[in-house]
Amino acid sequence: MPKRRPRVNPRRRPRNRQSDVKAAWTNKLNLASGAMTMQRQANTARSGIGWCAQLGRATHWLLDISELPMEWLIRLCGWSAIFFVFAIFFFVLKEGAGVLGKLDLKEFLTSPNWRPDSAVRPQYGILALLVGTFSVTTLAMLIAVPLGLGSAVYVSEFAGRRTKETLKVVIELLAAIPSVVWGFVGYMVLGPIIIRLTGAPIGINVLNGGIILALMSVPIIVSVGEDALRAVPDSYREAAAALGANRWETVYRVLFPAAKKGLLAAVLLGVGRAVGETMAVLMATGHAVQIPHSLLDPVRTLTATIAAELGETVAGDDHYAVLFVIGVVLFAVAFAVNLTADVVVNGWRGGRND
Amino acid sequence: MAPSPASTGSEIISIRARDVSLWYGNFQALKNVTLEVKQGLITSLIGPSGCGKTTLLRCFNRINERYGNVTTTGEITVLGKNIYDADVSLSELRKSVGMVFQRPNPLPISVYDNVLFGVQIHTPRRSLTRDQRDAMVESALREVDLWDEIKDRIHKKATRLTLEQQQKLCIARLLPLKPRIILMDEPCSALDAEGTERIETLLESLREKYTVVIVTHNMAQARRASDECIFMLLGELVEHGTTEQIFFNPGDERTEMYIEGRYG
Repeated sequence: MPKRRPRVNPRRRPRNRQSDVKAAWTNKLNLASGAMTMQRQANTARSGIGWCAQLGRATHWLLDISELPMEWLIRLCGWSAIFFVFAIFFFVLKEGAGVLGKLDLKEFLTSPNWRPDSAVRPQYGILALLVGTFSVTTLAMLIAVPLGLGSAVYVSEFAGRRTKETLKVVIELLAAIPSVVWGFVGYMVLGPIIIRLTGAPIGINVLNGGIILALMSVPIIVSVGEDALRAVPDSYREAAAALGANRWETVYRVLFPAAKKGLLAAVLLGVGRAVGETMAVLMATGHAVQIPHSLLDPVRTLTATIAAELGETVAGDDHYAVLFVIGVVLFAVAFAVNLTADVVVNGWRGGRND
Repeated sequence: MAPSPASTGSEIISIRARDVSLWYGNFQALKNVTLEVKQGLITSLIGPSGCGKTTLLRCFNRINERYGNVTTTGEITVLGKNIYDADVSLSELRKSVGMVFQRPNPLPISVYDNVLFGVQIHTPRRSLTRDQRDAMVESALREVDLWDEIKDRIHKKATRLTLEQQQKLCIARLLPLKPRIILMDEPCSALDAEGTERIETLLESLREKYTVVIVTHNMAQARRASDECIFMLLGELVEHGTTEQIFFNPGDERTEMYIEGRYG
């Protein structure tokens, strides 16, 4: 037996214990757990030996023995998430560990020179790549957060029922577009438009990548944000309305504070997608290692570098290992973003719901 | 068909409803309700579940309209103005007709901000000094007898108060708006007996200053707390009279049967 006894509906318990008419009636007299139960027992008793009761006992027995494995299965599902995160981190770190001793960490983080193929002196400075990732991500979030939260508010609070259903379907469709298709759109459609509108010499740059990433993040922000807003109890809206607030006042004075955790989760998932996105930015940002000075400069991101170069390295050499160290850096960035957000929402102590 | 209620002092009419019918989709929830609620009194709406008393209450500040498929006909005059006229501002209407709900619903912000929520919506930003706001919060909380209890916690989240405190807060947040009418939809149904008693005491202190209309399932409460009672059944107003009249000398057989507890 497990430490905790599996829970069985207490009102049914007496029913499966009784086995004959006499017991049923004694039971009935002793029980004071409500007329309904009594009535049922009386019926059971009257219908002969009470095969109902036996059936009940059989199913309960099944439930009892299946509860323990189910409990463990569910527990396993929960813990597996943590296990996989650590496992991935471990393997990425293991591949990169070989070069960590040789790598000049200061140069790695502060030099903009990424020259892994140099025959004379390979240089592994990821500053330009970091700046590339951050510039594209920041631009994407500047576009996607207002757009995403705005449409989440619209879908959840303002749209009529039919508009809402249509919009939700379309937005989910948007989320299902593969990233290589987005990259293609950036490369073939958005690029020429940027060239025409800005006169830039090249259309694949920070602006292009930022817009594409924003479009990719918006569906996630909308659907998670809409869930968060919908989870706010209607009584809050009613209270605000009864005090004379109009819908917009209700949104920013009541719903935003009430749903702030969910909305932040929405934004974070958007940031996560933007930081981690590889194929689309590889195609849309121009893939040039440099620190950008304007929106129209091409850049290269951390993720795109791994994707583009891993296939050309010799497994186990320095270049190969450094790419894995970049993976660790990406991990660290994601962790930092999540932690910051958690601290912002919950405070340092965390978890307290106030 | 409502017999005109016997005189209970005040003769100024706060709410006058004429021929009000209401449909949720195809279902008619109110049938030609005509009534007059006197100013400064506590009027109870009583009747079995589904008789339309809450619906009627929710007509008085038009909060019914939050549900999309509501059709209302007839005329409701509040403080001399038909609130179903096209030029009525819902925001202004709800400023002078406050509402307390069945389940305490303080907003998930601090107690302080809850009390000021209404005022901040109805006054331009930064038109109140900090001292004015503090004074408003204090006097509102004092009026509902909550100040001494929670004055150290007014910057904590309101949803962490006890249910009784929350319900008092829900009343307190109406007061800075200086409403004329307060509608209450079973304000004690989530509270225990002691909480109910204290809310009723509070009700007593609010009367005369405000017109209070209260929906209640609790017959004893209607008898204890109200000056006049309105009995409703199946969307119709059956009888309107002073509390004594309704409880001790009901004019309609259905009222009598309900009062005696033979149904409902």
